[in-house]
Amino acid sequence: MEATKTKQETITIIVTRQNDPSSAPYEETFHVPYRENMNVISALMEIRRNPVNAEGKETTPIYWDMNCLEEVCGACSMVINGTPRQSCAALIDKLEQPIRLEPMATFPIIRDLAVDRSQMFDSLKKVKAWVPIDGTYDLGPGPRMPEKKRQWAYELSKCMTCGVCLEACPNVNDKSDFIGPAPISQVRLFNSHPTGAMNKAERLEALMGEGGIGSCGNSQNCVQVCPKGIPLTTSIAELNRATNIQSFKNFFGSDTNY
Amino acid sequence: MNENREFFYRRLHSLLGVLPIGIFLIQHLVINHFAAYGSGSFNTAAGFMHNLPFRFVLEWVVIYIPILYHAILGVYIVLTGKNNTRRYGYFRNLMFLLQRITGIVTLIFIAWHVYQTRVITIFTQETIDFDFMEAILTQPFFFWFYLIGVISTTFHFANGLWSFLVTWGITVSPRSQRIATYATLLVFLGVTYLGVRSLLAFGMGV
Repeated sequence: MEATKTKQETITIIVTRQNDPSSAPYEETFHVPYRENMNVISALMEIRRNPVNAEGKETTPIYWDMNCLEEVCGACSMVINGTPRQSCAALIDKLEQPIRLEPMATFPIIRDLAVDRSQMFDSLKKVKAWVPIDGTYDLGPGPRMPEKKRQWAYELSKCMTCGVCLEACPNVNDKSDFIGPAPISQVRLFNSHPTGAMNKAERLEALMGEGGIGSCGNSQNCVQVCPKGIPLTTSIAELNRATNIQSFKNFFGSDTNY
Repeated sequence: MNENREFFYRRLHSLLGVLPIGIFLIQHLVINHFAAYGSGSFNTAAGFMHNLPFRFVLEWVVIYIPILYHAILGVYIVLTGKNNTRRYGYFRNLMFLLQRITGIVTLIFIAWHVYQTRVITIFTQETIDFDFMEAILTQPFFFWFYLIGVISTTFHFANGLWSFLVTWGITVSPRSQRIATYATLLVFLGVTYLGVRSLLAFGMGV
């Protein structure tokens, strides 16, 4: 990091902006005074403090989404120098300049860099990515989970619905209704939970529905870009096997296909 | 199965690409390869296939209907994708794009190939033998057209075999998927050799 000491005093950021969901996008360049240990978010905050673009003209502050600031919530995802990632974890010192910020255009754009990821949450509902335990009486403790399995499942549970895998997937776009890799991997997480496994078939059925696992084209971009290193393509392949078996059970099997 | 129609269609698409289409492709190229042993060998082998009982049924059930289904759904799959290899130049993503390009090229090639060897010949009453293919493939344009068409087809088959293994949940682990990449590369080289060798026999007389 010695090289950063001699760095120029200002950093240049080119932002792809959009005033509302239906208006045309445009680019705006900003010069931001450099400070040590800046990340993309602190640079955006600097622009918000002083919303003047590179031409010296006053402009509206940039609109973006953020929350946890430690790469666990997924809210601040955007395309930074061509790569979709979390802006809180994108350090200015490690980025090539000028820094290009774009919204993840796979999703509907709300304004500037903020996108609407509700389709992901709808998909989680669709595949029933939870363990149902509500009832009218106390069901008591569930079956125990082996420690080794818990450690493995923890990796899958790191998914923060950030949308990076959907942004990178060639089959998630406005011409297709594919739900994308993230919710598919969540089915594997909840189907491997000892209590969650009791509703295994329901989740597999949901994956076999419209826009489900059948729409995966194996480009495997998802596993390359996932900021949490989740084995998404292993999840997809394993659920390919599980949904195939489920569909055979449904068609050829008896009535015990749950 | 009613609600899961899309899933069923996609799985059938994957299955038909290998069985029967892939098996037919290998058989077709093995028969063609007899051309390398001379026109007599080829005519005997092709004549045997031509005189198989129920040839009409076999051709429609094993070849035309599965290919037509695979092609129509395939074009739909191509149209619903948005290629992004410029931003994500990973190996598998390039294969994803190539699978779609070779799919379209193969469709054009097969359509022409069937027209030239099966449709026109109904009217011209020509027999499809070594001399018939030699007359086509000694024309430089058709030699190159067939060469590109054959390599495109064998690539589409070998790479499709890789995704078949994933789609059917046979290769799940990253390691098995990696080894399958090498294995399907060997399939590609082997099947391409058969096809190109026969083209050389017809077109160059070697």
